[in-house]
Amino acid sequence: MSHTDIERPQPGAGTSTSEALLVEPSRLSPTRRALTTVLRSRELSIFLVLVAVVVLATTKNNGFLFSSDGWRNFLLNPSILLLLAVGQAVVIITRNVDLSVGSTMALTAYLTGRLFVDQPNIPIIVVVLACLAMGAVLGLVNGVLVAYAGVPALVITLGTLYIYRGIMLTWAGSDRINAGDMPRDFLSLGTKTILSIPVLTIIAVVVLAVVGYYLHTARGGRELYAIGSDPDAAHLYGLAVRRRLLAAFVLSGALAGLAGVLYTARYGTVSSGVGSGIELQAVAAAVIGGIAIFGGSGTVWGAAIGAFLLVTINRALPSLGIEDFWQRAVVGVLILGAIVLDRVLARRQARKLAESRDHS
Amino acid sequence: MSTSNTAAPVLVLRDVSKSFGPVVALRSGSLSVDAGSIHALIGENGAGKSTLVKVVAGVHRRDSGVFELGGEAVDFGSTADSKQSGVAVIYQEPTLFPDLSVTENIFMGRQPLARGRRIDRQAMHTEAEGLFRRLGVRIDPRRPAEGLSIADQQIIEIAKAISLDARLLVMDEPTAALSGVEVERLFAVARSLRDEGRALVFISHRFDEVFELCDTVTVMRDGSYIDTRRIDETTPSDLVSLMVGRDVDDLFPKVAAEVGEPVLEVRGLNRAGVFHDIDFEVRAGEIVGLAGLVGAGRSEIARAVFGVDAYDSGSVTLSGKAVRARDPRAAIRAGMAFIPEDRRKQGLVIDASVTRNVAAVIRNGIARAGLITGSMENKAAGPWAGRLEVKTNALDMNAATMSGGNQQKVVIAKWLATNPKLLIIDEPTRGIDVGTKSEVHRLLSELAGQGLAILMISSELPEVLGMADRVLVLCEGQITAELDRAEATPEAVMHAATHHLEDVR
Repeated sequence: MSHTDIERPQPGAGTSTSEALLVEPSRLSPTRRALTTVLRSRELSIFLVLVAVVVLATTKNNGFLFSSDGWRNFLLNPSILLLLAVGQAVVIITRNVDLSVGSTMALTAYLTGRLFVDQPNIPIIVVVLACLAMGAVLGLVNGVLVAYAGVPALVITLGTLYIYRGIMLTWAGSDRINAGDMPRDFLSLGTKTILSIPVLTIIAVVVLAVVGYYLHTARGGRELYAIGSDPDAAHLYGLAVRRRLLAAFVLSGALAGLAGVLYTARYGTVSSGVGSGIELQAVAAAVIGGIAIFGGSGTVWGAAIGAFLLVTINRALPSLGIEDFWQRAVVGVLILGAIVLDRVLARRQARKLAESRDHS
Repeated sequence: MSTSNTAAPVLVLRDVSKSFGPVVALRSGSLSVDAGSIHALIGENGAGKSTLVKVVAGVHRRDSGVFELGGEAVDFGSTADSKQSGVAVIYQEPTLFPDLSVTENIFMGRQPLARGRRIDRQAMHTEAEGLFRRLGVRIDPRRPAEGLSIADQQIIEIAKAISLDARLLVMDEPTAALSGVEVERLFAVARSLRDEGRALVFISHRFDEVFELCDTVTVMRDGSYIDTRRIDETTPSDLVSLMVGRDVDDLFPKVAAEVGEPVLEVRGLNRAGVFHDIDFEVRAGEIVGLAGLVGAGRSEIARAVFGVDAYDSGSVTLSGKAVRARDPRAAIRAGMAFIPEDRRKQGLVIDASVTRNVAAVIRNGIARAGLITGSMENKAAGPWAGRLEVKTNALDMNAATMSGGNQQKVVIAKWLATNPKLLIIDEPTRGIDVGTKSEVHRLLSELAGQGLAILMISSELPEVLGMADRVLVLCEGQITAELDRAEATPEAVMHAATHHLEDVR
């Protein structure tokens, strides 16, 4: 069992860097490896599409990015969807899905308004914490049902989507929260900027960074990937599958709660239709950003760029003079394209890995 | 039970039982393993070894009996519990996370941490490389687990178990997919672990391995403990008679059949990374054995011939007519039947009744006006199940709750009902008890006598040698030998199955 037994063969003339990255990453130098990984990542390609959209829209209309309003909207509008997409991404990575986030966001948005109406002097931080807690509890309900009842998350969260929305409608009745009901400080949070970057965007990006870091470098984060990659193997391995699933759903719920507060701060009014349909946008953002719908791969960075791309396209298409129908169709094509691309790439990778056995 | 060692054994199991519904998988399992010892656990397929292992691993909870680890009574509710107590298990089938890197697969849940509870990837990769060096294999620790050969997957399982630093290491047939060199390296590691004072349990079908590696052996039969012996006080034939508990003479009742026209002709079949230039034919009344190590591509060829998987080039003809690629329905229509290796996943609708399973493939034949009633299904399925002596209380019993032998019979019945010209059968007797085994063999031999062409894949050499008229040996996706019944000796087959590997490495 000497060292020479594991001598690496000389790199074959035919193998490219990308193939080496797949089959024998250790052969590449660390810098080369990192560079190739980034260059070949889904995140980069989605980011380039985003850049292309922005460039196109800006050449057509200079104000799309370079007016103070355009810049602010570019950063501000995707922030709420970004929070939801991050939560959604974490859940999808575990081979589940959370469709209830739109309703959870609506409930917490209403809770925000209600608290300010009932307790005009309540500190803003208390409201934020209350909404986080409420979102977390609603997420916990999803998590418990998914982890213990053994019913697919799609069905469970479809159910809670309606239940949570129903609770919100009953609770709110014909009430409507208006900007006048809320303190000025709170509302200004929705539009305030620091160094020309909106506060909402900063919050969303901080959350993204924390979750992204956790998924990449913490044991718990890696276990989420393992669970999504093969749930049975995760059980056999002795991972705390249920606890991790609970945590994923609680996070998704809490982020939806946070999105609810921020929504109220941003728009100032809360009506019964808040956030309906946004759960599908969150799923779309995650999928476009390269999160595999069957779990186990993808990053929240991709999901965040996906959220930016979705919102920015929706804003860019009208200014490019494209009709409403086509705007929706474009989003649809994006989603289908992302999923097809996902399958094609996965297949190609599997094939390449299988072929590599011939040469070894 | 065994040895005069004064220290308490690391593992003690006494009269442990486990049932799944009406099926008793483990009647009375006993095992006592000392520190610094490699203990072989042998027995026929279905003797309850794997169930015993799963009880030790915490996958199953025993119904009754004593279970002690290091002198203390334990009761594992999950695999996490057993891991915590220092038990590492290598299962028969590797269980890896395909999306994650090889290193992550080894260290999942217990990665080395740097400051701030951050995973120390550098340390993790270094440690993985160290493990592979110790095992003497060349696997890139950074590559994804997806696409690895079964042998490599098994090696990762072994690396995982070794890195656990366990006091008890259980290996359930770890060598099934390994080549000679790899087996040697595994044994060297096993011996060094033994010398460190750990206890090892080694399950294998290969007597040469048991006698080479182990110091004590426990035999099981039909879910029960039979005997424990010191390895230097016993012989292979002793062990065989303990395992079988009956005469082994008529285990493979092969009857010579008249060989007719070629039924299946396979020419130049290729699939990148899986198999290359596969040429062979199977004639009417002939049983052709497909031998080779696990992962050599045997099942893949069978799946490609049947049209489940695609192939890149080549042709498949049945009775002179070309069979369309990637179309199992066309293959069935042409007269092929395929019984896959993993009955539970691929051959049976596991949650459906026996009747429904048997009737499933002949639906079109028994349907009236496109509709099927329960009584029609019963009428069609009854004779087949009867003929094969499927022992279920009633035909409407769920297939999931039957024993492996009966499941296999149901699958065979299912396909015979289509009157095929060619039967492809992958590991016909895996997980089947001895009595049923020879039943299955007799049945196959009988079917060949009636003019059916049979392509049989098997990892059990005696089965291949006993049953096949002709043996094709595969190695790394290529046919390395074609042997007549007379030429087919264990040595010749094993040489052809491994020489390719040895040359390369």
